[in-house]
Amino acid sequence: MDRFLSLVGRDLHLAQRHGFDSLLVVVFFIIAVVLFPFGVGPEPNILARIAAGVIWVAALLASMLSLERLFQTDYEDGSLELLLLAPLPLELVVLAKVAAHWLTTGLPLIVAAPLLAVLLNMNGAGFAVLVAALALGTPTLSLVGAVGAGLVLGSRRGGVLLSLLVLPLFIPVLVFGVGAVDGAIGGFAFRSPLLILGGMLLAALALCPWASGAALRQALG
Amino acid sequence: MDRFIGHGLTCIRGERLVFSGLGFTLESGGALVLTGPNGSGKSSLLRLMAGLLAPAAGTLTWNGEAVASDREAHGGRLHYVGHLDAVKPVLSVMENVAFWANLRPGGGPAAAEAALAVFGIEHLAGVPGRFLSAGQRRRVNLARILAAPAPLWLLDEPTTALDRAAVATLEAAIASHRQAGGMVAAATHTPLSLGSAQTLDLGAFETEVAA
Repeated sequence: MDRFLSLVGRDLHLAQRHGFDSLLVVVFFIIAVVLFPFGVGPEPNILARIAAGVIWVAALLASMLSLERLFQTDYEDGSLELLLLAPLPLELVVLAKVAAHWLTTGLPLIVAAPLLAVLLNMNGAGFAVLVAALALGTPTLSLVGAVGAGLVLGSRRGGVLLSLLVLPLFIPVLVFGVGAVDGAIGGFAFRSPLLILGGMLLAALALCPWASGAALRQALG
Repeated sequence: MDRFIGHGLTCIRGERLVFSGLGFTLESGGALVLTGPNGSGKSSLLRLMAGLLAPAAGTLTWNGEAVASDREAHGGRLHYVGHLDAVKPVLSVMENVAFWANLRPGGGPAAAEAALAVFGIEHLAGVPGRFLSAGQRRRVNLARILAAPAPLWLLDEPTTALDRAAVATLEAAIASHRQAGGMVAAATHTPLSLGSAQTLDLGAFETEVAA
């Protein structure tokens, strides 16, 4: 457990020294959402109608942005080989890196989301559910993304390939994430979409570290 | 007394047979020097020994137990120095070495500090990795293996970029590691004096296959 935490701490430390990277993700998220009123026009009703979907799609794309770097720098400087040889299970190494990735990119998105919801004139009833849905959904994105990031390791144009591999897998999270928020605004039950998001998170937590670990072994073999 | 044995190892890289039928025995205090021309499989053999690569055929055993059956345990008893130095440009020398030391039993900040002193880079402890020269980066990587004990050292061209004084330090470190019952397998082109060491010429295994 100490080793797991020291690995998370090291990645957080690295992210903090690189500072800019996680800031870029949030700025991208905000700009992507702010573009929509310019595109569809400033009609408050239309914006309120699409708010949940826009925020979720922008969050998916923003979290894609940083996924490529998840293992890439460690792969390039040889650290990944040494992490593979560290006396702790590779699945825990993956989990530690995903946790650090989520803390530096997913968490800021959740903080920024309510602000953007105000900008898009989203009904106040959806705010709490939006935050809850993002809190359940973004870790799933990081976990599923870690599988893709492991698979594209070492390939040129890894970023584009990663998007093609991973974005389709994000669709269920998107569907239930938007469903929960729209349900809360429309006065329907939003509990079941949230529960399904939670279920997807648990499934990803159980499966993705193994799949990603296998992909890393493949990449270094 | 530990015993690390490879038997009938075959390595295939990119559909090309690198070597086959290769065997070695390494015991506590022993050293194995891998020689052979470029591309003869020295690095591949070290990666096989580390468990980073799986052999196409053959077995690796540690005290009679197959290495492949418990990869974490095997990782815990070896240090691997590859072509890349695994030095993070934004972390200081001390942070770099201490991180790897903390991941392993018996390693810690105090051991990391002592290891830096051995390789004469204690004055660089606070310097970020991006300001180091290639030789200094290699010293940091070598200090890493001194900062936490492990019985098996796998060194792939460890003297690359090192000056003469650092090579002598490395030789002394290897000698005391072996005296303490450790074992070393090293691939090298430059002469590295290791005292009594077995030599494994990988070029020989290549010609055997070709014949």
